[in-house]
Amino acid sequence: MKRRNFLVTLGAAFVAGCNRVADSQPGQALLGAAEKWHESAHRLLTDRTALAPEYPRSAISPYFRGNGSTDPQTGGYPAHAEEGFANWRLTVGGLVETPLSLSMENIRRLPQRTQITRHDCVEGWSAIGEWTGPQLSLLLDAAGLREEARFIVFRCADNLNGQDYYESVDLIDAYHPQTIVAHRLNGKPLPIRNGAPLRMRIERQLGYKHAKYLTGIEAVASLDDIGLGKGGYWEDRAGYQWYAGI
Amino acid sequence: MKRHALSTRLWHWLNLLCVVVLFMSGLTISNAHRRLYWGDWGFAPEQAWLAVPRFPDWMTIPGYYSLAVARDWHILMAWPYALGLLFMWVAMLANRHFVRDIATRRSEWRPAAIWRDVRAHLRLEFDHGAGKYNFLQKLAYGLVLGVFLPMMVLTGIAISPGMEPTFGWLVEAMGGRQSARSLHFIFAFALAGFFVVHVLLVLLSGPIGQMRAMISGGSQA
Repeated sequence: MKRRNFLVTLGAAFVAGCNRVADSQPGQALLGAAEKWHESAHRLLTDRTALAPEYPRSAISPYFRGNGSTDPQTGGYPAHAEEGFANWRLTVGGLVETPLSLSMENIRRLPQRTQITRHDCVEGWSAIGEWTGPQLSLLLDAAGLREEARFIVFRCADNLNGQDYYESVDLIDAYHPQTIVAHRLNGKPLPIRNGAPLRMRIERQLGYKHAKYLTGIEAVASLDDIGLGKGGYWEDRAGYQWYAGI
Repeated sequence: MKRHALSTRLWHWLNLLCVVVLFMSGLTISNAHRRLYWGDWGFAPEQAWLAVPRFPDWMTIPGYYSLAVARDWHILMAWPYALGLLFMWVAMLANRHFVRDIATRRSEWRPAAIWRDVRAHLRLEFDHGAGKYNFLQKLAYGLVLGVFLPMMVLTGIAISPGMEPTFGWLVEAMGGRQSARSLHFIFAFALAGFFVVHVLLVLLSGPIGQMRAMISGGSQA
């Protein structure tokens, strides 16, 4: 028992030391910089259009786990769900030449990409599914990005713990060929648990970047004035890394 | 002549700090999803090969459940850990520490010789004979430096989705992303096992002299 107490005390003292470093100004700067070093290393080693692995149909998981919001009850979402998302609209706005408002039918009529990819949650689990939808680049080019645009923000219909979900990526991931606005999973319209009727697929990053219940796509010059300024719901709320390729 | 080269001593303590922070923040990351799987995917209890216990707060960084903060630490310390390991390999190849002290000779692999070494350890006799390390030490240090520590880096890279477009072959070689995650965990605990035995043997073989040797270099006995 005594030895255990010694270990607990030693552990607690070490953890307290780490937390003091993390709370200090230089400590915070260092922890934030490390995320950037990884991002730079990834970008240096990997071509901006290099694809995440795609799998054969036989690799698809028996079902696809849902996480975070799995059945939004806020705003107009339940009413949309009731009518099978027949009147859902997706807006493309912000720093664009021609703002768009697209119906589900508009989206289904665009050229589609189908990809069987692996979804990795930040918690550690993975699931494989087949996603279908138009490439985001198609929508951005149709709206015409203005020169000042640096980031693409995804607006969502779900509200978690009192805050609207949102996410953002830079233009490299926005224009990646596998970045699609998915409306089908495994050949069927998206289930509510997985983000019906529209969700993002950002295949080279972790699951929390793949915004579900998508209502708007917004081009911006800076993330400072969006939400609490860190670029996403989990980034704002709990300090998750904005670059989620690690 | 010093018992341990400066490069060895610097790396030893830097690596200790890195491994401790990486392991303790890794326990928080483990707590975020307490199951391990083989293959490419896995997310439900019936797919898991191991249900991992929840690690108590006192052995985790940051001491309470925060996956984001634990990942911050893990992502930061991965750098000095991996670059330090590279430095140690270059240094010990350059100063011949590896070839002279750690690489084993064929004669040491004779069962009779190994058995003699095991019995000596069980009697707590740590006489090294002519060389710096006996066979079991060479084997342990060789495994840690050559397999356990590098495998942490390789399995870590294999889990990272941003690395996969370039290192897809590595993920495949490990049998898929969830296999790589399982191996990351297995090698982490192999290192933890080495750590316990290593500290125990230092305590049993004259801790003051051993510590002095790893800090100031000591002198060759």
